[in-house]
Amino acid sequence: MRQPNNFLQFSFVFFCCFILSCQTIPHDALKLSPESLAERQLQTRVFETNDEKMILSACAALLQDLGYQIDESETSLGVILASRDRDVTDPAQVAGAVAMAILFGVATPIDKNQKVFASLTTRPLDEKRIAVRIIFQHMVWNTQNQLVKNECIHDAKIYQEFFSKLSKSVFLEAQGL
Amino acid sequence: MSAKRNKIFLSSFLLLLVFGCANQQKNILESDESQLKLRSIQSRSYDISDKTRLCRTIIATLQDLGFIIDKADENLGSISGTKRSGYSLRMTVTVRPKGDKQMIVRANAQYNLITVEDPEPYQDFFAALSKALFLEAHHIE
Repeated sequence: MRQPNNFLQFSFVFFCCFILSCQTIPHDALKLSPESLAERQLQTRVFETNDEKMILSACAALLQDLGYQIDESETSLGVILASRDRDVTDPAQVAGAVAMAILFGVATPIDKNQKVFASLTTRPLDEKRIAVRIIFQHMVWNTQNQLVKNECIHDAKIYQEFFSKLSKSVFLEAQGL
Repeated sequence: MSAKRNKIFLSSFLLLLVFGCANQQKNILESDESQLKLRSIQSRSYDISDKTRLCRTIIATLQDLGFIIDKADENLGSISGTKRSGYSLRMTVTVRPKGDKQMIVRANAQYNLITVEDPEPYQDFFAALSKALFLEAHHIE
């Protein structure tokens, strides 16, 4: 009985090594997806102005209003990167974890911290129009510090709300307020 | 017998650890592919002289591919971005002039903790960039 057991353990170790060494990039990671155009439309708004600096400044002000920290900026290319850390402990998840602990005596990890990245770019389309594109991505860690979410945010409402706030911010910026 | 089994387990993990430590030092400057081959996989030249337009088009292309822009520097001609889609794919694209009428675009990608040395993803990236620039990409000799 010993022989097969050892064999199983060894196979397991080698299988783990195999998995670790054979991680390859998904074949469509750098291909334009059919949804990319719809995504671009959702994430972009066009402003009728030729003052790119004013637009960028309004965007930075809005990101600050929303509690984001500006991590990087390059005005000559119209790039701003901002991020925000938040506690995302959900009472429903806590209740679930407590119930699991009482019923089965197991500690269930729950979502704890979230980091949201906001990547904003501006791009002059012609002499009179500037396109602003924002993309949100987020990372979520649980109470055991494991990364449980690492993805782009696709919720249309978030983008619509951001742009409605941006229109106000651009107006305020243009008025010098 | 159980002690022997534990020994085997322990020694195999120690072995892995030793290999791992040796790799940490080696990984600082070494890559798996030959330097020239990697350069040719990761580089293309374009008939364009406007650096700003090229940088802005690279930014737009990366965004269409699902990346966010982490850093951009027009003087250096470098743009870095990250795509998060269950995995982390980091990419740095640099632009430098080749003569007066051409620019060389070089991209290198890192998938989670692994350097991407497979030609196919780079071909996909340059295909998307060429489409956005309305220009043909030339291979670098």
